[in-house]
Amino acid sequence: MMLTHPKKLTLSFEQALKRLENVIACLEKSDCPLEEALALYQEGMTLLVYCRDKLDDAEKKVTMFSKETGKFERIGDGDQA
Amino acid sequence: MRILAEQNNFEAVITVGQLTTYIKDLFAADTMLNKLRVSGEISNFKYHTSGHMYFTLKDASASLRCVMFKSANERLAFRPADGFRVVLGGRLSVYERDGQYQMYVESMMPDGVGSLFTAFEVLKKRLEAQGLFAQGAKVKLPRFPRCIGVVTSPTGAALKDILATLSRRFPQSEVRIVPVLVQGTEAAAQIAEAINFFNTLSDVDVLIIGRGGGSIEELWAFNEEVVAHAIFNSRIPVVSAVGHETDFTISDFVADVRAATPTAAAEQVVPDKRELLQFLNVAGKRMLMMMQAKLDNNRRYLESLANAREITRPNVRIDQYRQVLDNIDTRLGDRLAYVLQGCAARLNYLDGKLEALSPEAVLARGFAICLDAAGTVIRDADSLNDGDALNIRLHQGIVGARVIKTH
Repeated sequence: MMLTHPKKLTLSFEQALKRLENVIACLEKSDCPLEEALALYQEGMTLLVYCRDKLDDAEKKVTMFSKETGKFERIGDGDQA
Repeated sequence: MRILAEQNNFEAVITVGQLTTYIKDLFAADTMLNKLRVSGEISNFKYHTSGHMYFTLKDASASLRCVMFKSANERLAFRPADGFRVVLGGRLSVYERDGQYQMYVESMMPDGVGSLFTAFEVLKKRLEAQGLFAQGAKVKLPRFPRCIGVVTSPTGAALKDILATLSRRFPQSEVRIVPVLVQGTEAAAQIAEAINFFNTLSDVDVLIIGRGGGSIEELWAFNEEVVAHAIFNSRIPVVSAVGHETDFTISDFVADVRAATPTAAAEQVVPDKRELLQFLNVAGKRMLMMMQAKLDNNRRYLESLANAREITRPNVRIDQYRQVLDNIDTRLGDRLAYVLQGCAARLNYLDGKLEALSPEAVLARGFAICLDAAGTVIRDADSLNDGDALNIRLHQGIVGARVIKTH
């Protein structure tokens, strides 16, 4: 198993979470060989860190459509006049 | 009117048709008469087979002839009837043949709560029959929307609630708002247009449409057919959040998900960040535990192998084989002895038989064999002459003899 640095993952949060759930399901299988289990464990931990980072990285983006510009314009926290 | 303008004196005579046309043009030039909203009660309602509706709108002091053509009344949320209190939208014009002015009705809204409830029930039944509320047409909401579209008033409390909830639960989602009027005659068209507009964008995963609480009239835009169809035709899943828990609108029935309030809509659209973090924590612990368990299992298995008798005392296995070999050896020996015994018995038997046939045994019984000097057995007296030397073989020993007389 090639260890991927969490920052280098290109998955969406949803994909990463789904894969993580998969990894856990695979690990739970009693017939999973040790080598494979170790690889899964490493992958799972990478995904975990990735998901946690994604959740922490809260880049809030709220825009409102403007008839004047015909585009979505950035606004504050819902206190738009 | 050119004719009248040029012949602007009392002597001028004009036709009825010219006069009527003049009046009609006056009406047409009047801004107010071209964009009217009139309230009153319907009477003499006739729904012609052509599809057009003819009726009189009246109040205590006056009456007004009205026509609502098929193209306009097709959009009605309800079937008008005598006694209905309504607000009409349209223009006033002259029907030349009868010399009558009448209202050409473009829109009709029930006026007053009782009428609205009736209209609501009628429209609901009709849209239900059209399949707009079918469970099968409803789409599941995405689990993690990357972009959320919001259709609501830019100044309402609903938007504040939605934004606050989204930002608290899942700030990772982008939010795009299309501001609309949420009440009044323009509202329904704007809401429908906003839904359609979002559907032209490629990256919006879910829509919230709604507004805060209000009277049934204020919520009415969300009961209009144009909104219902826009929601139904939306490729993007729609969450409808209109008013409070107890308010139900047509849009709630058509939408993929009905939320009790705008806050509830935001909660249904995104997961809770705290729950996700908790899930991740649990996931990490579970993986660690499973890995630990797997390693322990493997270690135990290894130990059980190391403790196996074969490894600790390899001779045991060898001794076992040796014993097997011995066993085979013994069985083989026994078998061989048995076969040999059989052979010996047979040999004895044959030996006895042989003995019975041997000349020795004959000699023992007292017979003798005569041999000539050459050692040949003599069987015929004629082959002998007097005086020939003989050897006579007895059982015990041989005697020499001479022929005295042949017979």
